[in-house]
Amino acid sequence: MAYVAVSGGREAIEESIKLLDYYRSGTEQDIELEAIEKKMGLLIDRVMSEAGFYDRHYAALALKQSEGAVEEAVFLLRAYRSTLTRNYYTNTVDADGMRIIRRISAAFKDIEGGQILGATYDYTHRLLNFDLEHETSGELLERVQTMLKEAGREKIEPCKRVSQELKKEGLIDDVPLNEETPFDVTENMLEFPAPRSARLQTLSRADTGYISGLAYSCLRGFGQVHPTVGELRSGYVELDVPYLFDKEESICIGEILITEVESFSEADDGDKLKLSVGYGAVFGRNENKAIAMSILDKALEKEGKAPTNDQEFVLMHGDSLEMNGFISHLKLPHYVTFQSKLDAVRKTRGGKTDE
Amino acid sequence: MNKNYNFAFLDEGSKREIRRTILKAVAIPGYQVPFGSRELPIGRGWGTGGIQITLSLIGQEDVLKVIDQGSDESVNAVNIKKFVQSCTDVRTTSDTHKATLIQTRHRIPEIPLTNDQILVFQVPIPEPLRIVEPREEVTKKMHAESDYAPIWLQLYESIIKYKKVTISSEYPCMVENRYIMNPSPIPKFDNDKLNDSECLYLFGAGREKKIYAIPPHTKVVSLAFDDIPFEKEDFKGKCCRLCGSSDTYLDEIIDSATGEKYYQCSDTSYCEEVRKNGVR
Repeated sequence: MAYVAVSGGREAIEESIKLLDYYRSGTEQDIELEAIEKKMGLLIDRVMSEAGFYDRHYAALALKQSEGAVEEAVFLLRAYRSTLTRNYYTNTVDADGMRIIRRISAAFKDIEGGQILGATYDYTHRLLNFDLEHETSGELLERVQTMLKEAGREKIEPCKRVSQELKKEGLIDDVPLNEETPFDVTENMLEFPAPRSARLQTLSRADTGYISGLAYSCLRGFGQVHPTVGELRSGYVELDVPYLFDKEESICIGEILITEVESFSEADDGDKLKLSVGYGAVFGRNENKAIAMSILDKALEKEGKAPTNDQEFVLMHGDSLEMNGFISHLKLPHYVTFQSKLDAVRKTRGGKTDE
Repeated sequence: MNKNYNFAFLDEGSKREIRRTILKAVAIPGYQVPFGSRELPIGRGWGTGGIQITLSLIGQEDVLKVIDQGSDESVNAVNIKKFVQSCTDVRTTSDTHKATLIQTRHRIPEIPLTNDQILVFQVPIPEPLRIVEPREEVTKKMHAESDYAPIWLQLYESIIKYKKVTISSEYPCMVENRYIMNPSPIPKFDNDKLNDSECLYLFGAGREKKIYAIPPHTKVVSLAFDDIPFEKEDFKGKCCRLCGSSDTYLDEIIDSATGEKYYQCSDTSYCEEVRKNGVR
């Protein structure tokens, strides 16, 4: 019988997995993990951010394993994450003390601590650079190392936030420190209305394309948030965990690269106006994701009919694993339910179509 | 067994947390208990809720059976079995009688299960009220207040329009006169098996982060009106071409060579049993 879809599954899967190696094999040229990790930095950042898992090496491994598919790599890291015991929660990270590599403000020409353009593709002309076709890695590395040596080191002091000045002026609400334990979306089901900590966590781990599109819809008019980027900063922040034997002490366990955004929009303040802040923070140098997050943070606080004002709509549909998992499950057999559907459809047609 | 990972993949703390959720679910039949669903190496929407239940319950002595569309050999069933085996080394079987833990997608086995067996369902959309209300915040309140008018209305409107209730699979049922529950996408044919059963039924929705349960001997009634009774899928005049059964759920199959239509038991293990030993 030709009907084999539900039998012989085991062999079919094994052969299918072997075939994946064919697609990974391609050429004798190697893509070393080190090269993926160190030369595909933005891709690594994106994968780590959507996975909610900070490990550049494993992110590179996941990308190698998945032919570079972002959602597959995210999937691998998330699954791996599930096997790890969570021993500690870090103390709240103070991003004021960030070791900054880039910091800009679109709100003010000059800011305390200075604008630091850092590395950005923003002002490149997006022309394919054919020279890179024949670039030698060694030469590139050497050239950059020499350049760095010649430039010397300049110390960047941690700097205050742009929003701090505006808070002093009373234009932005200076909210008291919230010491509540944040909601942990990785260990709890979201409940609505979701607390802000849950909203921010969900957005920070969300699929980049998804939140970019939503934020864009909001900017275009499905929603009323069109903020100014008050500050965008990228850099390294230290992570501390509480010291087990002395609550006053903490231990630094390393640092991570993050991008943080505060965007300002006008808001009602009785019969006056004030500025309100939307916040975004993501792993790595995912600048657009951080900005999109800050827009959605604001949009979710607003009452309105736009899709981005709807917490359940925004927060329930942006997880890479969940969306891709559920979409791909449609490829699984649905013989039984489809049979039931056929039965329901046929019955409304008086059963005459069956024979 | 893959020595790089813990027994049954998840760390012990996570498994314990899931078992606690299961206990709560058993204590409140039909109520959807939220839980911190973990990510697995298998796709969300591919049975991760069921797998998390299976992983959290499974012990070295267990005998596991996994079916999809009633079949042990379906790709998804094979895949899940392979995964659980790779991190536990437990025995697996396709014989329904021999299994202690059965994970299923879209079917309940034809033979009645016993009180030392657990049937774990994979659930894509646990919320039975989702068809009338997209918002979790609202459906939660509806359950709390037993406000089930909208779903009854849905049934009524369907009868007015088509003279039939047109819900196919995932037909909602009332559990112990309290909670309306989604039995997962099993056909209506299987709904009656939920009522007053010997075995424990556990439902896991990984993506939606909910677990619910029907403990043994729970009253489960498919929604219907007094004058228009609940109607199952109809296989009148048809029987399995392999074992001849006419009282089972049948797959409709088109012969790829001749284009001829025939029927075959969806529960492959049962079908084999009948062929071997005759009708039970």
